[in-house]
Amino acid sequence: MDNRIRVLVAKPGLDGHDRGAKIIARALRDAGMEVVYTGLRQTPEMIVNAALQEDVQVIGLSILSGAHNAIIPRVLELLREKQMTDVLVVVGGTIPDEDAERLKREGVGAVYQPGASLDEIVDYIRTTVKQAA
Amino acid sequence: MSKPLAPAPEYTTISGIPLDTVYTPAATSHTPPPPGEFPYTRGIHPTMYRGKLWTMRQFSGFGTPEETNRRYLYLLERGQTGLSVAFDLPTLMGYDSDHANSLGEVGKCGVAISSLEDAEILFRGIPLDSVSVSMTINSPAPVIWAMFLVVAEKQGVDWTRLDGTLQNDILKEYIAQKEYIYPPRPSMRLVTDIIEYAAAHVPRFNPVSISGYHIREAGSTAVQELAFTLRDGIEYVEWALERGLPIDTFAPRLSFFFNAHNDFFEEIAKYRAARRIWAYTMRDRFHASSERSLKLRFHTQTAGCSLTWQQPYNNVVRTSLQALAAVMGGTQSLHTNSLDEAYALPSEQAVKLALRTQQIIAHESNVAAVADPLGGSYFVEQLTDQVEAQANDYIRRIDEMGGMIPAIERGFPQSEIADASYQYQRSIEDRARIIVGVNGFEEADSEQIELLHIDESAQARQCESLAALRRRRDDDRVQRALDSLCQCASGTGNTMPHIIEAVRAYATVGEICDAFRNVFGTYEETSVL
Repeated sequence: MDNRIRVLVAKPGLDGHDRGAKIIARALRDAGMEVVYTGLRQTPEMIVNAALQEDVQVIGLSILSGAHNAIIPRVLELLREKQMTDVLVVVGGTIPDEDAERLKREGVGAVYQPGASLDEIVDYIRTTVKQAA
Repeated sequence: MSKPLAPAPEYTTISGIPLDTVYTPAATSHTPPPPGEFPYTRGIHPTMYRGKLWTMRQFSGFGTPEETNRRYLYLLERGQTGLSVAFDLPTLMGYDSDHANSLGEVGKCGVAISSLEDAEILFRGIPLDSVSVSMTINSPAPVIWAMFLVVAEKQGVDWTRLDGTLQNDILKEYIAQKEYIYPPRPSMRLVTDIIEYAAAHVPRFNPVSISGYHIREAGSTAVQELAFTLRDGIEYVEWALERGLPIDTFAPRLSFFFNAHNDFFEEIAKYRAARRIWAYTMRDRFHASSERSLKLRFHTQTAGCSLTWQQPYNNVVRTSLQALAAVMGGTQSLHTNSLDEAYALPSEQAVKLALRTQQIIAHESNVAAVADPLGGSYFVEQLTDQVEAQANDYIRRIDEMGGMIPAIERGFPQSEIADASYQYQRSIEDRARIIVGVNGFEEADSEQIELLHIDESAQARQCESLAALRRRRDDDRVQRALDSLCQCASGTGNTMPHIIEAVRAYATVGEICDAFRNVFGTYEETSVL
């Protein structure tokens, strides 16, 4: 059986800046995970449906437009509606500290701000998914 | 405690060009002619900044048109010499503030503009016959430009006196920034419509700003930035010629926009090589005869992607060095980033410091007194030759693919950029490259800075004023204008007069872009990882 960690990397909202999402997708793949990249301009509904269909353990959201406070709570809500709260949600982007804290209280596993290290992100996902298994 | 630095670093530029310990006269076989002479390697004017300093133009916009108008008046009062409008994502994507897809995005990355009424508020109290305005807008560029033209008309300013720049560079959207609506070919038709209309009616306006900035921000090297940008320029020229415009009627108004990143000398070499490649291209490939067609004019912005979250005050120093490179490379206008932009849109204090940085370079350092001060440097001349040769190699490869649109369709520039950006990130991760405060000289405690906070109320206020406008305007007139626009879009005529009429009737950005969506369809890229 393939026990590689499955991750959905998604770009929600209208923001087209996909440099970070693509780098993370490659880094997770290089670390041996199976990565599905949704492409641009995904609504929360599209992201949660893709996560369900691809049966992923992790959703990584990259958002740099400042719309995180409107978009991410909606993703979490949909995950709860579909009983998918076991899916780890990780967020990266220009998220101010206070927003990052609030998102974590609402159910996001980790928030990575600019300058975060790839190895740190890989380690966090690996450790957290293993603990949950 | 900081970790010890990695041992012997590799001595190359960011683009990977190997660097010698020292350069000697053997480095280059030629000395370029003086500034103002073909191929303009050393600058487009003989006296450069003695004749005219660069335009200090800070890109800004946020929240509602009222808020942004106040920021513009603030900047103009403090000595800024031109405006540069940043639009929010819904506007950039051709959605009104009250569209479902605009949720959470209104006023966040720039100002929300949905109708002529918003544009009237945006430019209130700003004399458009004396302040030049740059507008960073691409897919909906003809709509926003039409709004600008109608506002000028209402101010009583003749279009022949309007000075400014429309970004209107759709190709780099497919390559890098990804804010496209329609497929490439109909998008190129709209770009060409604007070039044609500007040449005939708004002759002092730059209808396209061919942009490497976003290509670089997406992670390209300096060489890729240069090559893809100039090849995009070639594509616009070919489409305009195909339209039947004589080269010298539009080429003098093509302008460029480059990034200023950390590698000081490589950036200077990039600007010098850009002028040289463009001059030869215009003369030899397109047989331009007007000297103005041969001269590459450009705006520069310091590299947003080089700013760090850690130790944000270090960003002031980075920006100063990048701005200095742009000036020593002969830029015509400049935006300096603010220290807080890794976090958010800049605060008023941070923007002021960024503007002061330019003023200190201009008035205190004395670097503006001499044109191309590095000309004749063994190192800079050789590096210019190397950057030029590598960029020309990319341009030739794209020519062989049949031009930029086929290259985009097969994901060529996209995958070159993705590879470069991953390698760059890896080099930071492996500490082959040190970024101060990030992977060297780190500190545990982060410095706190005050940030500009844009709340969700902008969306509510925009939706309210938009609803009031929709009630007030003459819907029959709007519908007639949109119908005639669709008809024109389905044929081959220039769409600009129809867009201007729709704007005058207070049709919104969303409605006009929807009319085009119905005729042209929309574009989905195949993601290249």
